[in-house]
Amino acid sequence: MSRERDPDLVRRTAAELAELMAAGEASAVEVAEAHLDRIATVDGAVKAFLHVDRELVLEQARRIDARRAAGERLGPLAGVPIAHKDVFTTADMPTTCGSKILEGWRPPYDATVTARLRAAGLVILGKTNMDEFAMGSSTENSAFGPSRNPWDQSRVPGGSSGGSSAAVAAYEAPLSTGTDTGGSIRQPAAVTGIVGTKPTYGGSSRYGVVAFASSLDTPGPLARTVLDAALLHEAFSGHDPCDSTSIDAPVPPVVEAARRADVAGLRVGVVKELSGEGYQPGVLNRYREAVDVLESLGAKIAEVSCPHFAYALPAYYLIAPSECSSNLARFDAMRYGLRVGDDGNRSAADVMSLTRAEGFGPEVKRRIMLGTYALSSGYYDAYYGKAQQVRTLINRDFDAAFEQVDVLVSPTTPTTAFPIGERVDDPMAMYLADLCTIPSDLAGNAAISVPCGLADEDGLPVGLQIMAPVLADDRLYRVGAAVEAALHDRWGGPLLKEAPEL
Amino acid sequence: MTMSITRDEVAHLARLARLALGEDELDHLAAQLDVIISAVARVQEVTAEDIPPTSHALPLTNVFRPDEVRPCLTPEQALSGAPAAEEQRFRVPRILEDPS
Repeated sequence: MSRERDPDLVRRTAAELAELMAAGEASAVEVAEAHLDRIATVDGAVKAFLHVDRELVLEQARRIDARRAAGERLGPLAGVPIAHKDVFTTADMPTTCGSKILEGWRPPYDATVTARLRAAGLVILGKTNMDEFAMGSSTENSAFGPSRNPWDQSRVPGGSSGGSSAAVAAYEAPLSTGTDTGGSIRQPAAVTGIVGTKPTYGGSSRYGVVAFASSLDTPGPLARTVLDAALLHEAFSGHDPCDSTSIDAPVPPVVEAARRADVAGLRVGVVKELSGEGYQPGVLNRYREAVDVLESLGAKIAEVSCPHFAYALPAYYLIAPSECSSNLARFDAMRYGLRVGDDGNRSAADVMSLTRAEGFGPEVKRRIMLGTYALSSGYYDAYYGKAQQVRTLINRDFDAAFEQVDVLVSPTTPTTAFPIGERVDDPMAMYLADLCTIPSDLAGNAAISVPCGLADEDGLPVGLQIMAPVLADDRLYRVGAAVEAALHDRWGGPLLKEAPEL
Repeated sequence: MTMSITRDEVAHLARLARLALGEDELDHLAAQLDVIISAVARVQEVTAEDIPPTSHALPLTNVFRPDEVRPCLTPEQALSGAPAAEEQRFRVPRILEDPS
């Protein structure tokens, strides 16, 4: 090698790495090797990745270096490594969704998000762990074991995108992808002290995302800074003709907004219903301080009431399982995935039932059963039908709120990261982790989680959630970047520097 | 306290959902589903007849793309993940009852 490799390459942001590579001060291969080395050192403890193929990573990096050397103009994230959630199909890597039923599956095609990462020159390091089929808030529902929170390895990194949050918080990757159906990007980002965005539904493509709840599933970015999240958001979002729910409109100017980082005169609504009883005091303290920071930066703060948000959680746990019970019918042991009990005598129906019982974990079974119940004749009107009406009421709450204010804020989660094992067989306790994030999923609008400090009781990260109207994703980055800059000034650097060495 | 769902109903749901669950699993699930269903039944508190349902976050209708011939998966690619394949087809267990 012509020069010493910078040992701090893994601590750099994506924007910094891109600059170093553009200036010729580091090659994509050096950056990739630094991250592969970091993965080799810490992932035995963190368990963020399900699959890493060193040679495949270096091959992608070499191609970027060759294109740069040939004088090609490359995108703003060319050569930057990324950890990719195992729910996105990848033609050159397995895609398991954290499930035994898809163990070892090699999809014959790339998801649109995967294809856009490649087109942007990002180097895919591997696939990250997740709750099975994205159902869960802790990665404990992964068939391949839980990932660990880098702040405290006895605690969960959140979920379902918990491998993606752990990888970024542990400096194994500067960026990662996630999907958010009930909070699966924002909640893991909050409990690991990083940034995570759920874009407007339809702003990012679902093509090649193994479906959980199709009216809610939304791919989005995770990163250590607001600007990095915006760069990744811009890189893989935008209209996709392969997804019939994709919005045919320009991507909101998220990068420009993150650079602007200005909230003077902006109207910020504090959601009355998303605080109080059931919230950890240290979470509320950091949250209130973040609101004070916004006020000190010139934002106008007002309390806003969204009375139906209290019904968002029960509505979600009818709608998402209903859609899941339908979507997961595709796992029939015929075309891909596991097949058990095919002894030459058993019928296709029996083989299917045996395979699904063997291949799905407890939470997936619970949700399939719940959805089958909610959709069955006699119960449809009382459960699924009512939940859809609640969804209308939540939309109306948001509409009324956004007539008064430009963005809404709340804590991202009611508590900090909980211990592994604590909620695994108590579904209702687990579901509460998504209390604050679900309303934006049901309404399909945009929301972000930004670190806002450490809780007094346990010294663990707290997230500030910012919500914006449909297709106003840029406001998230304007507000998020302003809060981030002010808090970094106060802390003397990013929150993650307080995390223990691994 | 009445159960919102009985164990027999849970066993019936498992058959509908094509899940061959064991007796222990059915017991465990019946208790958990009862708790969950009681909790989510709260949606019935706030709704009135005149509220329209929302099925999708952002309703789009009549989404078309140009009807153009494009490359698609080859038979080899389509069959690449199949548990069993024969003569370029998915091989499946019998789908009809034994006639005897």
